[in-house]
Amino acid sequence: MNTAPLLAVDGLGKAFQGLVANRDISFTVHHGEIIGLIGPNGAGKTTLFNCLAGFHTPTSGRIAFEGRDVTGSTPEAAAALGIARTFQIVRIFQSMSALENVMVGAMLRNKRVAAARERAEAELSFVGLSHRAAVPAGDLTVSEQKRLEVARALATEPKLILLDEVMAGLNPTEVREASALVHRIHLRGIASIIVEHVMEGIMPIAHRMLVLDYGAKIADGTPAEIAENPAVIAAYLGE
Amino acid sequence: MTADILIQVLVSGLLIGLIYALVAVGLTLIFGVMDIVNFAHGEFLMLGMYASFWAFVLFAIDPIVALPMTALLLFAVGVIVYQTVIRRILKAPMLSQIFATFGLMILLRGLAQFFWKPDHRLIPHSLVSGNIALGPVQFGLPQFVAALGAIGVTGALWVFLHRTRLGTALEATAIDREAATLMGIDGQKMFALAWGIGAACAGLAGGLIATFFPIFPEVGANFILIAFVVVVLGGFGSITGAFLAGIIVGLIEVLGGFLVGPEYKTAIVLSLLLIVLLVRPRGLLGKA
Amino acid sequence: MTTMTQTRKAAAAAGLLALAALLPLAVTEPSQQNFLILILMGAQLGVAWNIVGGYAGQVSLGHAVFYGIGAYASTMLLLTLGLSPWIGAPVGGLVAVLFALAMGWPCFRLKGHYFAMATIAVAEIVQVLVTNSDLLEGAVGLTLPMDRGGLGWLIFLSKLPYYYVALGLLVLTVLASWAIERSHIGYYFRAIKDEPEAARALGVSLTRYKLIALSVSAFLTALGGSFYAQKEMFIDPGSVLATSVSIKIALIAILGGVGRLLGPVLGAVILITIEEYSRTLFGSTGSGTDMIIYATMIILVAVFSPSGVLGLLGDLRRHLPGGGRTAAEPGKMEARP
Repeated sequence: MNTAPLLAVDGLGKAFQGLVANRDISFTVHHGEIIGLIGPNGAGKTTLFNCLAGFHTPTSGRIAFEGRDVTGSTPEAAAALGIARTFQIVRIFQSMSALENVMVGAMLRNKRVAAARERAEAELSFVGLSHRAAVPAGDLTVSEQKRLEVARALATEPKLILLDEVMAGLNPTEVREASALVHRIHLRGIASIIVEHVMEGIMPIAHRMLVLDYGAKIADGTPAEIAENPAVIAAYLGE
Repeated sequence: MTADILIQVLVSGLLIGLIYALVAVGLTLIFGVMDIVNFAHGEFLMLGMYASFWAFVLFAIDPIVALPMTALLLFAVGVIVYQTVIRRILKAPMLSQIFATFGLMILLRGLAQFFWKPDHRLIPHSLVSGNIALGPVQFGLPQFVAALGAIGVTGALWVFLHRTRLGTALEATAIDREAATLMGIDGQKMFALAWGIGAACAGLAGGLIATFFPIFPEVGANFILIAFVVVVLGGFGSITGAFLAGIIVGLIEVLGGFLVGPEYKTAIVLSLLLIVLLVRPRGLLGKA
Repeated sequence: MTTMTQTRKAAAAAGLLALAALLPLAVTEPSQQNFLILILMGAQLGVAWNIVGGYAGQVSLGHAVFYGIGAYASTMLLLTLGLSPWIGAPVGGLVAVLFALAMGWPCFRLKGHYFAMATIAVAEIVQVLVTNSDLLEGAVGLTLPMDRGGLGWLIFLSKLPYYYVALGLLVLTVLASWAIERSHIGYYFRAIKDEPEAARALGVSLTRYKLIALSVSAFLTALGGSFYAQKEMFIDPGSVLATSVSIKIALIAILGGVGRLLGPVLGAVILITIEEYSRTLFGSTGSGTDMIIYATMIILVAVFSPSGVLGLLGDLRRHLPGGGRTAAEPGKMEARP
């Protein structure tokens, strides 16, 4: 087993024209680990995701992926290294079918259309959307579109997947299904960081939880530890 | 000697620049309020010129006297264009928006050619014909009056947007459409108003230009590219920015033409557009 | 199922091609053959534009610059070095690619309207420079030498050979577009057009693929420009570098249907037909009726069917009784193998 961390974030900070969104955040993620990332609205979770996925360049700190410095890399470079993501507000390719959406992801590793199609079919089946493969992506329900984004991200064969609120707006059955999906991603050896407000979806499956408040990390531990952490409780109750 | 020439060049640049500013304020207003680039804006100007021309030929009304009528007429054209076409593409993909105003541009040119022939026409004399000589510096009275008119109209527009209820509502819509709607401002009405005012500004510019510039169906093409440069340089949506940028563009055009050669002045102004787009896409006073 | 539609599509394509190849047997009048050549030329330019403007969604309103580069490059190589256009045209294509890379690198940072404006500006600047260039004979233009002819020089006395050269060029362009559409590049183009940020997250370099789109499009457009020079035997900035040329190229694709393989071909048939017939019906060239008709169509297309006339036909067929999705509609799902 590889014991070196997959992802090591060290003192990460991000400011937008003086507005600090992330400050001095450090944590590590190991291969296959499920990390829950929580915090009140505006705590800087999406900014952190954008830094990790190469969409923002951090103003300070370092990000190392598999021991390599990837601070400030582009999104396409991050994807090539094995960092995949979904978007808080889904961004699916409207002019394509569900299958074609996933094929675009699969093409990162194999440019041959037939091979990408096979790979995409497998990922659609993994997220339970095989029966919707030929449907125009825009005609899928929101919950299906969220799963489609997960399939598309998985098709890039990532080592780390960043899931941005994939459970928001789902009914309790769907939340259970989503939790099960995250667990099956873990079984494939892929680490995940999950931004989530739906606690009952994330608490049972996360190995570790990170809590952000006002852009800084205020807690890092098992779900049980986090649930009893006074700083976390204070942050959520608004002091 | 050379100082005289320089002053002459600067004065010409200033006069033409003010007219560019007037053409551009309508364009920037529409863009600011609804994020749509009106490729047919030059054709509104062309319609304004023809309105002046026919008022002169058919009813012997001087273009300057006809200005209020020209403005009203173009206001109506703007509102009609909004209601028939633009309203339907507000939420359409950007590609459709480009195609729609682009199609309008060609339609209006085609209609002008069909009804009024492709000939160049001139208004032979008007109230403002003649030249002014201030010491060594000479310039045409029509250009001078047009520049004054440009200042007046831009100023009036500024006052309207900042000092009247309706104008403030329009500004509010430009800043945040959704918030404005929540405050009870009728977005559709504001959009129609923006198109009306935008077209009226172009029409006024047309009426002022008609006193010294040939009138033909494709005359808008001469102004639209420069208007784009002005809008981009001033910052999309900024009236004050367009006013300043118009003067800058006019000066650069005339100075560049004087120093490099008049045949290159379009190329110089368009290079300015490229530079601004690449170096500072939000222009001088635009929103980030 | 897929093989069925594929076979049927191949059969339809072969039939269409055979029809186009045999058409001059029925149309023998030179002026009518010239009309057909104009359609083929328009279609070729529209298909080439569609690669960057349709599939990749980057609206260029400055394609005349590539057209002009092709026309001027092959003509200058012929006039100065005595090179045949068989060499001159591809060289012109390569020059156009270099120009596309130089122009695309900075301009592709701009989005939407801004990119469109920048392309107009670039093309207009080039037109001014060429108009004032002594080397390129400025506004006077270049005349091709009359002393040679035949296939080797692509100069013919009758219209018929030009027809087949134009047809060959169109087929080449359609094949290139088709190859792109079905490869990963075609998927990437559509991804970039739909959701650029999501495409990046999947490892797609926006700049690289936009540059590929513009380069391929520029190369093919330049070939069209060389052909124009060969056919007309005379070029000047007004005929090959004007913004009106850029606009016409874009219009053909928009009218027919952007992002569809044969949309621009339909667009060319419509636009060139309107242009020619309004000319003969209403006499003088400047009546404006052609502009009125196709502008009206463009506005209708923009308002009601962003996918062009081809898309409109597809919608109609879907809504007709009995014309379900099984019909060979050019819809989204069947456009791919």
